[in-house]
This record gives sequence, C-alpha cells and structure tokens, in this order.
Amino acid sequence: MELTTVWFVLIAVLWTGYFVLEGFDFGVGILLPFLGRAEAERRTIVKTIGPVWDGNEVWLLVAGGATFAAFPEWYATLFSGFYLPLFLILLALIARGVALEYRSKSDSTRGWDRTFFWGSLGPAFLWGVAFANIVRGVPLDTNHEYTGTLLTLLNPFALFGGLATLLLCTLHGAIFLALRTTGELRLGASRMAKSLAPVTILVVMAFLLAAGGGGRPVWWAAVALVALGLIGALAATMRGRDGWAFTASALAVVAVVAALFTGLWPNVLPALDPANSLTVTNAASTPYTLTVMTWVAAVFTPVVLAYQAWTYWVFRRRLTGPSDVPVGPPDVGPSSLMPVDGR
Amino acid sequence: MDVLDLSRWQFGITTVYHFLFVPLTIGLSIIVAGLQTAWYRTKKPEYLRLTRFWGRLFLINFAMGVVTGIVQEFQFGMNWSDYSRFVGDVFGAPLAMEGLMAFFLESTFLGLWIFGWDKLSPKLHLATIWVAAIGTNVSAYFILAANSWMQHPVGYRINNGRAELTDIWAVLTNPTTLVTFPHVIFGAFLTAAAFVLGISAWFLLRKRDVDLFRTSARLALVVSLVSAIGVSFSGHWQAQIMTEQQPMKMAAAEALWEDESAAGFSLFAVGDVENGRNHVNLQIPYGLSLLSTNTLHGKVEGINDIQARYQALYGPGDYRPVVGLAYWSFRLMIGFGALAALLALAGLWLTRRGRLPAGRWAYRLAIAGIGLPFLANTMGWIFTEMGRQPWTVFGLMRTAAAVSPGADVASVAITLAGFTLVYAVLAVIEVRLLLKFIRIGPHEQAAEPEAALPALSY
Ligand code: HDD
Ligand code: HEM
Ligand code: HEM
Repeated sequence: MELTTVWFVLIAVLWTGYFVLEGFDFGVGILLPFLGRAEAERRTIVKTIGPVWDGNEVWLLVAGGATFAAFPEWYATLFSGFYLPLFLILLALIARGVALEYRSKSDSTRGWDRTFFWGSLGPAFLWGVAFANIVRGVPLDTNHEYTGTLLTLLNPFALFGGLATLLLCTLHGAIFLALRTTGELRLGASRMAKSLAPVTILVVMAFLLAAGGGGRPVWWAAVALVALGLIGALAATMRGRDGWAFTASALAVVAVVAALFTGLWPNVLPALDPANSLTVTNAASTPYTLTVMTWVAAVFTPVVLAYQAWTYWVFRRRLTGPSDVPVGPPDVGPSSLMPVDGR
Repeated sequence: MDVLDLSRWQFGITTVYHFLFVPLTIGLSIIVAGLQTAWYRTKKPEYLRLTRFWGRLFLINFAMGVVTGIVQEFQFGMNWSDYSRFVGDVFGAPLAMEGLMAFFLESTFLGLWIFGWDKLSPKLHLATIWVAAIGTNVSAYFILAANSWMQHPVGYRINNGRAELTDIWAVLTNPTTLVTFPHVIFGAFLTAAAFVLGISAWFLLRKRDVDLFRTSARLALVVSLVSAIGVSFSGHWQAQIMTEQQPMKMAAAEALWEDESAAGFSLFAVGDVENGRNHVNLQIPYGLSLLSTNTLHGKVEGINDIQARYQALYGPGDYRPVVGLAYWSFRLMIGFGALAALLALAGLWLTRRGRLPAGRWAYRLAIAGIGLPFLANTMGWIFTEMGRQPWTVFGLMRTAAAVSPGADVASVAITLAGFTLVYAVLAVIEVRLLLKFIRIGPHEQAAEPEAALPALSY
C-alpha cells in the first residue's frame, strides 16, 4: 500500500477513535439535564466519563497533529478555511473540559452543568457540519486557499449533517449511560435510547445517502454496517442487553466515519472546481516523513490502545447512583472532582 | 491593526497563557509523585496528606493546561496556514509524536490516578502518577524540539517551495533543543517550588499544620535552589549557542550596536534605535564576552554589523528585532529568577535545623515570591520569540509571510477578543478555586487510613 494511503487510513482511524469515545462523552453531556434530576444522579452521570474523557479527547489532538505531519496542506487549508466554526468548537471544548473538572469543586453546580451541556452539544453538532462540508467540497482557489465565507459552510446539507452527528452522539451516549449505571438512571437512559433510535436511524441514513460515495462497494458496505449497527443497538436495548447495544452503536459510529472517509478518497478536501481539490497526493508530506511517522505510529498506537483498553477495564463496574458509597480509599482523595464537603 | 498584527497578538496571548500552567504542571507532577513515593515507602500519614493536598492543587492547574493546550494544537492551521504549508513536513512530526507518545500517557494515567485510589494496588497506583509525570516531561521535549527547529532549522532541505524533512534524528537532537529542554524544565521546577513554598508559608504564618508545611517548605527550598542553579547554568550554555546561531538576538539582548571584543554585560541602557547607539549604558566589564564565549576577550557581534551582514545575505530589509523589548525581557527573566534564588537561599538559612523565622515578613515575602518564576518564564519566552523576529523560522521564513492569506481582520479580531475574554474569566475561576482549596487545607482523615468514607465522588 502507498504510504499516503496508509496515512489516509490512519487519520480516519484517529477520527474514528475520537467519535466512538468522545461521541458518548458528548452524548452524556447532552443528556445530563434530561436524565439527571437530583444532584446525586447528575454526579453519577458525570462520573461515568470522569476517568476517561481527557484520554478520549486526545484522539482529536492526535488526529490534528497527524494531519499536520502527514498532510500539511490539508491541515493548513481546513483549519484556516473553517476558521469560525473551529473557533466555536474550541471554545466549547474549553468550556466543557473546565466544567467537567471544576463542577464539584464549586459551590454551585448549576452553572457548570449548563456549561457542560452546551459544551457537549456544540461540538457534537459542529463536527457534523464540518464533515458534511468536507465530503461535499468547498470553494478553493489554485493555491488551495478557502475562498468561501462562514455562510458557505452553513448550507442546508451541512446543517443536516450536524443534526445527524448530534443525534448519533446523543444515542451513543444514552446507550453508554445505560451500560454504566443501574436502577432508575439505567431505565431512564434505556428509555431515551429507545425513543431516539428510530429518528437517528432515519436522519443518519438519509445524510449518508445524500453525501454519497461514488457507488463504491466499500462505501455501500460501510453504509449497510451503519444501518445494521443502529438497528442492532435498538434491538439489544429493547432486550436489556446493554453490552451488545453499546457494541452495536460503537460499530455504527465506526461505520459512519468509514463511510465518510471511503466516500472522500482519494480526495482529502474536494474543491468545487475539481482541479483545485486537495488529494492524498498533493496534500501529502514527503515519503521520508511518512515513513518516519509510520514507524512511530506502528509502535505507539498499539501501546496506546492497550493502556486505554486497560483503563476501561479498571473502571468497568456499573455506578450505582445515589447510594454509591462503597468503603472507599482512606480519603476522598485528590479526586479532580471531589466535592468540597468531602471531608 | 492588520491580520498579521492581530494574529501575532493572538498567538502571543494564548501561548503565554498556556505557559503559565505548563511549568506548574511539569514541576508539581514530579513533586506529587515524589511525595506519594515517600508515603508508599514509609507509610507515614503526613506524606499521604501532603500528596493529596498538593495533588488537588496540581489537578486544578492541570485542567487549565489541558484546555488551553487544545487551542495551541489548531492555531498553526487557523492563523498561520502558510507557515503550516511551509514547515508541516518537518514541524508536524514532533507535534504528532507529542500527541501519540505524551498526551495519551498524561491524560489516561492521570484519569487512573484520580479515580484509581480504591481500584488499583498501592504500587500500581503509585506507578500511574509517575507515568503521568513522565508524560508531561516527554511532551515538553517534543514541543521544544518543534520550537527549536524554528530557532535553528536542521535536518531539512528546501524543495518545491517548502521545507522537507531529511533527518528526523537531527531535528530531535538539535543542539538548541538539548539546551532549551533543561532550561525550561529547571524553570518549571523553580516555578513549582516557589508555588509550594509560598503556600506553605501561608499555612506557617497562620500556624496551621505546622509540621506538615515545614516539611513542604524545606522540600520546596531545596528544589528552588537546585533549579535556580540549573536554570543559570543551562541559560549560560543557551546564551553561547544563541550567540552562534542567532547573533542578532544576543546583540539585541545586550543593546550592543557595534562589534566588540571584551564586551561588557549591560545592566541598564537607554538606547537610540534610530541612530543605532545607546545614550546611557551601565556595564559589568567583560561580562558579555564571558557569558557568550567563555573568554574575557571574545568578540561579540553588534547589531549594526549584523544588520549589514544580513542585508548582504538575505536581501534588503530590517533584520533587527525590537531591541528594547529583547533587552528588557532578557534582563527581567534573569532578574526575577535571581530574586527567586535569593529567596530560596535566605529561606534555607532561616529554616536551618528545623527553625522557623519569627517575623511575619519572611512568610509574606515567600508568598509574594510565588509570582517571580511565572514572570521569569513569561519574559524568557517573550525574549526567545520576539528576539527571533522578523523571522518565524530563522533564516527561512519571515513572520509576515507565515500568516494565513485568507484570514480577514474581522474573524481574527473576533477570535482574539473571544479567547482573551474567555481566558480572563478562566483565570478568575482558577485562582478562586485554588484559594478555596488552599483555605480548606489538607484533610484530617488521612491520618486514619481505615476510615470508611464516600468514594471519590464526582
Ligand atoms: C515546555 C512545555 C510546553 C510548551 C512549550 C507547550 N506545551 Fe502544551 N502542554 C504541556 C507542555 C508544553 C504539558 C505540560 O504537557 C501540558 C500542560 C498541562 C497539561 O495538561 O499538559 C500541555 C498541554 C497541552 C495540550 C493538551 C493535552 C491534553 O489534553 O492532555 C495540547 C494540545 C498542547 N499542550 C499543545 C501545545 C502546543 C501546540 C504548543 C506550542 C505552541 C504547546 N502546547 C506549548
Ligand atoms: C509556551 C511557550 C511559548 C511562548 C510563551 C511563546 C511566545 C510567543 C510570542 C510572545 C509570540 C509572538 C511574537 C511576535 O509576534 O513578535 C510567538 C510567536 C510564535 N511562536 Fe512562540 N511561544 C512559545 C512556544 C512556542 C512553541 C513551542 C512554538 C512551536 C512549536 C511556537 C511557535 C510560534 C509561532 C508559529 C509564532 C507566530 C509567528 C511569530 O509571530 O513569530 N511558540 N510566540
Ligand atoms: C542566569 C539566569 C538565566 C540565564 C543566563 C538565562 C538565559 C536564557 C537565554 C539565553 C534564553 C534564550 C534562548 C534562545 O532564545 O535561544 C533563555 C530563554 C528562556 N528562559 Fe532563561 N535564563 C536565565 C534564567 C531564567 C529563569 C530563572 C527562568 C524561569 C524560571 C527562565 C526561563 C526561560 C524561558 C521559559 C525561556 C524561553 C525558552 C527557551 O528558549 O529556553 N530563565 N534564557
């Protein structure tokens, strides 16, 4: 395989990791005001992602860094072109991170919960807008500079793409919450998943079909997998099989990213005038750089996957909500999210 | 202001802000890991209480480092797209490696540390904080390698109008990186030590947990002194490399207009940029020659001479940075650092053999001293980056050519205002939280490890 292809695939993998993992983080944030009525419930909800959200977010940072290293033209055009939406995403991610870490250190959690909600909803929607524009193509000049405006990016198709990712993340988050909690919370999350699933299936499938994939067989396979995953997630949720439901919805997210990227290939950012499109060839770094980075990725990606998987194993136990008072460690510990009155 | 100026302000503000949290994270992570190791070895409850107390403050700070870092990762593409196109082949590699090798480590293992107290064996739990601490240092190495390449490009060739990597090893072992890394790390330890010292002084002043904070204060004083020495030696070494690689920066730092042998180290100067000379210049004789060449009579190049040489080399243009800024930021960096070192020395004397000073002023000085290394760090970066101007990549790309060609004034102004505003609000929140948790102080319960308490709640 050409190294440029390897890196196209690797960057797709990094985005996949990001959306599968941070996807449910976003969903949890969006569902917080709907599922968590009492403070104890909200605390449990936030705690389901507490140990892992930062590690999940690093998938985005590495996707950005890898794009810079492997396809500098893509990095330069994409982020300078999608300037204001990216700014909003960054603000939202800042707000969300701070809210997660500081909510229970503060006297009032209300404001932080609202911040967490909007900081999750914003990116879940805006990433969809961004990717819809990436697959549809944007106006670029011969220097690969973006020539459109903010409004160019807010076209109906892109907004529909935003809706699709927003629903997908929310559903994924609901299923994740059902898997990680017990009692009332789990029931509420399951109920939410069941009512969200049908409309999510409709919107996501419609978006993918509208985006198109040049009729490639792999693209069709990915789209079929999306449908299978989402329907499977619904079916498993109805049976109360939370583990299977989560596996299926994670599979659906993987397949959505796969469908978008297989539809994109061999472009990385198509231009409205195809002559100006950024492709895996004209956006790429030199073979030397790609070789170096391939070695680095080949050695470290499995290591990262191994210790992140181990983290999920360590925190595999369901959280039992309000009555969750096990015999703990000697102290409440320097938990980043320790309540003030913890002593 | 045009797009270039706005983008420069934005990069300067967001990066300096990020670097307020970074050194504290780097230094404090190791200090906390050390304290937890002491607890693991001795099982003395004081060490556990200290681990938890400093650990909590560390985490409040860490969160800010993370959220401001996200902006850094994307800024190069947003505001400096032509820069990214030109250098991506070289510069992207260390950045991607930083993410893959360091950020994953830090974030994942810190999550395990925070929530793993009751889920991991004590040994494994201790290992998690060490892995996270090592991650922060690895991260510093890679990002400094990237920055050093801008100061002194190596291991590349120019082809198709961009810089292309030819030797990754040369980039990762750039002599500039090798001296910058210890300087920044020692600076980080100085920062963390001043922080620990100042807060310990606050408790000692109020006679709260005296034994606990006497231990902290002594530890901090020792770390301060060692890192102050380290920062001076590495800085001296850096100055020599810089004189060789970026003579203009050194000349500007010294307001040295003409070539000079046996050059003095300027303490105070009033310059005249128009005519390229100083009105007033108070000097330590031979100081500069000694600092930059290790000999009393070494020749140091002056601004006017380098300017003429560069015009011949790079074509017409002004190759002088803002001399006053370079001059004063360099002096202030050293000055603030020296004050911190003096404070550490005095503190070690005053607390010898377990004594504690009686007067209140000593404690107050230590509290005020928290700010010194932060100021020194900021001045250091302003000097390093502004002293490189007009280049973004020394000798290869000017700052004016680096900015995104498609960016419009309105958009950049919006983001500049947005980030500045949000960062200002975050600063207030962070400081208030730190103060609040300092007031709460170390928990008592840790003294009896068997007590059943609520789990690490969210
Ligand atoms: C000398 C050290 C140093 C310097 C010069 C910089 N950083 Fe930094 N950065 C760190 C040292 C560090 C750190 C110690 O590793 C941080 C600080 C707090 C933290 O969470 O990790 C961090 C956090 C951090 C994060 C968040 C990581 C996470 O989520 O865990 C990102 C994306 C960046 N940085 C990116 C950058 C970029 C692109 C920089 C260049 C302009 C930069 N940093 C300058
Ligand atoms: C965290 C420590 C750092 C600080 C405090 C810092 C500070 C600054 C400042 C003040 C400027 C504005 C200079 C000017 O416009 O005159 C600047 C510019 C810049 N710096 Fe740094 N910097 C830091 C680290 C880095 C690193 C690690 C990199 C690269 C990896 C970097 C790359 C740049 C770039 C691309 C610019 C913009 C172009 C320019 O204005 O020169 N900086 N930095
Ligand atoms: C005797 C004292 C010191 C000397 C001689 C010294 C020397 C230097 C020099 C020559 C540079 C510029 C390197 C370049 O641009 O290539 C530098 C940068 C810097 N200094 Fe210092 N320094 C001293 C003290 C300190 C202290 C006390 C701190 C902070 C606590 C500090 C923090 C920094 C930082 C953050 C930078 C920018 C990063 C870098 O280029 O290393 N310095 N220093």
